[in-house]
Amino acid sequence: MSARVESLPRAPAVGRTGAGVGMGLATAYLSLIVLLPLAALVWHAGKAGRSSFWDAVSDPQAVSALKLTLAVSVVVCLVNAVMGTVVAWILVRDRFPGQGLVNAIIDLPFALPTIVAGLTLLALYGPNGPVGVNVAFSRTAVLLALLFVTLPFVIRTVQPVLLELDREMEEAAVSLGAGPLLTFRHIVFPNLFPAILSGVALAFARAIGEFGAVVLISGNLPFKTEVASVFIFGRIESGDAPGAAAVSVVILLISFAVLLGIGALRRWATRHDRA
Amino acid sequence: MPKALARDADPRGRAGFARAAVSTWVLRLVGLSYLALILAAPVGLVFWRTFEHGVGPAWDAVTTPAAKHAFLVTIIIAAIAVPANTIFGVICALAIVRRRFPGKGIVNALVDLPLALSPVVVGLAFLLLYGRNGWFGSWLTEHGVQIVFALPGMILVTIFVSLPFVVREVVPVLREIGTEQEQAAATLGASGFQTFRRVTLPAIRWAVSYGVVLTTARALGEFGAVSVVSGHIVGKTETATLHVEERFQSFDYTGAYAASVVLALLAIATLLGMTLFKPKEAIR
Repeated sequence: MSARVESLPRAPAVGRTGAGVGMGLATAYLSLIVLLPLAALVWHAGKAGRSSFWDAVSDPQAVSALKLTLAVSVVVCLVNAVMGTVVAWILVRDRFPGQGLVNAIIDLPFALPTIVAGLTLLALYGPNGPVGVNVAFSRTAVLLALLFVTLPFVIRTVQPVLLELDREMEEAAVSLGAGPLLTFRHIVFPNLFPAILSGVALAFARAIGEFGAVVLISGNLPFKTEVASVFIFGRIESGDAPGAAAVSVVILLISFAVLLGIGALRRWATRHDRA
Repeated sequence: MPKALARDADPRGRAGFARAAVSTWVLRLVGLSYLALILAAPVGLVFWRTFEHGVGPAWDAVTTPAAKHAFLVTIIIAAIAVPANTIFGVICALAIVRRRFPGKGIVNALVDLPLALSPVVVGLAFLLLYGRNGWFGSWLTEHGVQIVFALPGMILVTIFVSLPFVVREVVPVLREIGTEQEQAAATLGASGFQTFRRVTLPAIRWAVSYGVVLTTARALGEFGAVSVVSGHIVGKTETATLHVEERFQSFDYTGAYAASVVLALLAIATLLGMTLFKPKEAIR
């Protein structure tokens, strides 16, 4: 369908000028809102020369924050890959009372302000929590906060694929004597894999930059629970704009790489669809 | 019927079937416990904590002058950012789908970037553009215009972080509907704007609505970027989310929880809007 549309000749000359104005407006809007601030950021990071950029990025506290961010994000991805698939599975293949409600609350982390997310986690798992579990100001707390905000990604990418998956293949496998695990591994999993991967990539991008959910519950202890975004915030507050900008550029590059990866993944997945 | 046949053919017979039932229960238990521990229990607890001593204290906490002002600031920001991103979102989507122009790939990537970029980095970028030492800083000070640590800066960062939603919802629908009807309208003598209003807009209206719901949720809930450019002036540049943090840091837990509950209710309203406008066909 889309291939056919794109091969059509351009719309007749009617309205062409209007569209031209629209295109110019779109480009101008994006440049002003997105491109210009980011250009200022990169320029400020590089302004003082390569060596001071490198000094800011290789500062032990910055390195520790970046390392923690990357490590926790990887764990977040692994947990999401497994639990997201499990939740998507029970939402599509299982039937239980209250399923509609469960399906509806999955998107809550998208809609809930991140600071509220952090506050709710601190209320339950903090020092005054009713269950006596206190993880506040620990790395577990950082993980918990990131798991909360990234919860919907894998579920929402896997769910539609699982819904459209042809069950005849699985039934064939079972009739040939394959157990549930074998069927999942050889029939279901290969079909879900691209969806799981793109959900995981989105979760990774989100986890790398998260601030609001983490800032209250992590305690922001340098070298222990301070993630990159909180480190940058601290540098801004203490007036070290070049240092903040340098680490920000690193985060910007990671985000860009993840986006490119997601784009490539999508093209790969749709190619598989057509084949 | 085919399912029953498959089960009969299962060489392990009833034992295999029972094992499948056990695994169903295990999966259900694992999945639902995870959701309960990560999502439902914490959010539920905040609601309970807020109304623990009745509605009175919670109501008092969200009707203090500072709280009311914070919600007002949030509403003003959303009231500007959401329409701006709706109009330009539709224009951007039309440009991405219907036009070929140099740099289209870059435009596509720029639209997605706010989804992946840390809000703190966004805030810093605007600070370095409009702040005192920023590119436009000295010019702005000379002309007495304040953008950073004031409302304009907070609106700009909110526009940045909530920019992708309308575009991302409208693009697939525009691809799906194609150009045949628009061309027919043009052939019948409709002007560009008439074609848009009578043909294109009705076709994309649900996608736009869905995008607007997502944009609004993001605009109301933004914290990190706004936190960087706001300057945290209570009763002046404090939004609802900043108010939650400020109350919490001053150990006024009732105030923090009560404002959180208002924001959570808005989030639940967003979910209702999302189920209402969700595109029925699996376009994504």
